[in-house]
Amino acid sequence: MRKAQHKDDAAAKLGMWLFLFTEMLLFGGLFLLYGVYLARYPQEFATAGHEMHRWFGAINTIILISSSLLAAMSVTAIRRNDSKTAVLLLVGTVACAAVFLMNKYLEWSAEISRGLYPGSPLLAQAPHGEPLFFSLYYLTVGLHGLHVLIGGSVLSVMAWRIRHGVITAGNCIWLENSTLFWHLVDLIWIFIFPLYYLVL
Amino acid sequence: MTNSEATTVQDERGFWKDTGKTGITSWIFSTDHKRIGFLYFYTVFSFFLVAVILGILMRIELMAPGRTIMGPQTYNALFTVHGVIMIFLFILPGFQGVFGNLLMPIQIGARDVAFPRLNLLSWWIYITGAATIITSLFTGSGPPDTGWTFYVPFSARTGTNVTLAVFGVFLIGMSAILTGLNFVTTIHRLRAEGMTWGRIPLFVWSVYATAWVQVLATPILGITLLLIIAERVLGAGLFDPGRGGDPLMYQHLFWIYSHPAVYIMILPAMGVISEIIPVFSRKPIFGYGMIAMSSLAIAAAGSLVWGHHMFTSGMSDLAVLVFSFLTFVVAIPSAIKVFNWVSTLYKGSISLEAPMLFALGFILLFSIGGLTGLILGSAATDIHVHDTQFVVGHFHYVIFGGSGFAFFGAMHYWFPKFFGRRYREKLALAAWILLFIGFNVMYFSMMVLGVEGMPRRYYDYLPEFHALNLTSTFGSWILFAGMVIMLVNLFHGLLRGEPVERNPWGGATLEWSIPTPPPTDNFVEEPVVTHGPYDFKGSGIP
Ligand code: HEM
Ligand SMILES: [Cu+2]
Repeated sequence: MRKAQHKDDAAAKLGMWLFLFTEMLLFGGLFLLYGVYLARYPQEFATAGHEMHRWFGAINTIILISSSLLAAMSVTAIRRNDSKTAVLLLVGTVACAAVFLMNKYLEWSAEISRGLYPGSPLLAQAPHGEPLFFSLYYLTVGLHGLHVLIGGSVLSVMAWRIRHGVITAGNCIWLENSTLFWHLVDLIWIFIFPLYYLVL
Repeated sequence: MTNSEATTVQDERGFWKDTGKTGITSWIFSTDHKRIGFLYFYTVFSFFLVAVILGILMRIELMAPGRTIMGPQTYNALFTVHGVIMIFLFILPGFQGVFGNLLMPIQIGARDVAFPRLNLLSWWIYITGAATIITSLFTGSGPPDTGWTFYVPFSARTGTNVTLAVFGVFLIGMSAILTGLNFVTTIHRLRAEGMTWGRIPLFVWSVYATAWVQVLATPILGITLLLIIAERVLGAGLFDPGRGGDPLMYQHLFWIYSHPAVYIMILPAMGVISEIIPVFSRKPIFGYGMIAMSSLAIAAAGSLVWGHHMFTSGMSDLAVLVFSFLTFVVAIPSAIKVFNWVSTLYKGSISLEAPMLFALGFILLFSIGGLTGLILGSAATDIHVHDTQFVVGHFHYVIFGGSGFAFFGAMHYWFPKFFGRRYREKLALAAWILLFIGFNVMYFSMMVLGVEGMPRRYYDYLPEFHALNLTSTFGSWILFAGMVIMLVNLFHGLLRGEPVERNPWGGATLEWSIPTPPPTDNFVEEPVVTHGPYDFKGSGIP
């Protein structure tokens, strides 16, 4: 039988950071299109941007940043061998993720009921830049929402593993990497929020 | 046969037998980099053969003007499927998946890659993606007909099964990203004691540069493909000029990935050549540092030249100038490699065995491909030959004459190591001659046709192009005959070939120092490296 590979946390970290780069590049494509179309249709982007609900965006930003804090604290807790607190903090993180998605759902429903979605009759009559803005908005935020969902699920699994003693102070690379991913999800939102809700 | 004898025989069969597990599940769920390498090999190579048949069928259609064996829609589907399979299912995953997996860990003195389970997952994602693409051919309303580039607006509007095919390619991309980050991490973390950056074999250097390109470029392909799906399914309109979108943005995004992707195809091939040339010239490689650094330079500069695919697209003149200039810049590191290989050959004691023949074939064909690339890279001449058969000839010289020949060379070079047997040298020579002649007859004619004005992607042509098309089709048959002989020879060698020892070619890289075939753990004891990869004297090889 093959002998088990020796454990190499530094390698796992390096691999994770590379993966995070690829995630940033994935969203980078969408931000690139945002930049190009903003330069081409500044007026229409501004009109469309004013249709956004700033409050939804702001509250979600606060929720995500707090959830990142909770995730980071849970890593500290596990390093101090306090798995109970670590689990609680992770549950808090996942709860934040759920509230975030709930808010998104409400926000999208409100927008869709006002006829602001790709291919809607309302947008079909608007000048060109506006439907582009909303297509980009739904795609970027949708892809981000998918990441929130995945991140939340991964963190739930981590909480479960901590409870069952799989993740411990000496063996917490999985938790560290999962929270790294969660911080990335947070970071991408910190770009989305000003670009779509504030600067226009 | 006594029991103890039976076990020694088993041990001699290396990783094929020494775990005692040989069933199908011991392969498709194995995390051993050598088994995964062979999983890749068998899948990737089967797809290659299928796409070769499609290519041959296209050549038969082009034998004479007018309809020969198929109509226009079938031809459109054929070149699309041929291109998609060759690019996304064969050559992109091929080198890293097969030879990267088989050799890179051994060459740096490691037992396996950094993340063996992730490695297996990459193969599974690859297979899922491939299955998705194959499904797209037989379901919905017909196989995709967009060409392998999936250009909008056509790809957003055509009724054929583009959505599913594009999703399959997206999965292949994910698999490539995982392989890339796995390999970068492996090369950073798992080098054996004494295996300094200055001592890693050049093949590993090229795998390293390629892995970075996979990590940094593929996500852009991912998002571009998702956007095609968004166009088709959600009607996003981002690339639809009728709704303010810009189809040129699609081309930019596509080539931001796809130009670097040609380095995923060619860099590992160059690495293979850098291994073969010194061994068969019995001389240390000339300019190790330059070859290693030029791989990185190609990977870096190659990410800034994508616009050369868009000279006729209506991009601004300034952009055309800049991209044209940068394209000439990338030619420099490629030429550095060629000069270094040639200098290695100079005054070497060259032995013309099969791997070396393929390596020499590579240098010649790749140089033709590279130089014709400059004709396409300078805007003025590109306007004339853009979208003609000249382009088709050019890129086959690079990816088939270059990467493809290197792939064959690698198969011949490492064949004895992994199977512990030899193929017949005479047959290999015959196959090589046919491949080389057939190749040039076929693709050189296509380049001439292009200069004369025959466009690509048409099933029909004007009568004045008949003679050269017929020649080209004859060439494809010679090529095909060569390929059949090569495969028969290798297959025969695998079953009946004469057994070989550890180091049949006298190589100095680590894979030749371990038993043949390699045992599952690769090294009997942890290797300590004391000499460079081409230091034949230092490693005690006469
Ligand atoms: C015996 C081998 C091969 C034959 C006979 C062959 C033949 C052809 C022909 C006739 C075309 C279409 C020309 C046109 O009308 O536009 C074509 C296109 C193409 N081939 Fe090959 N080829 C072979 C091998 C390869 C290999 C090894 C690769 C890559 C690794 C490759 C990649 C492509 C690509 C990317 C296209 C462009 C498809 C498109 O237009 O979308 N081919 N080939
Ligand atoms: Cu290019």
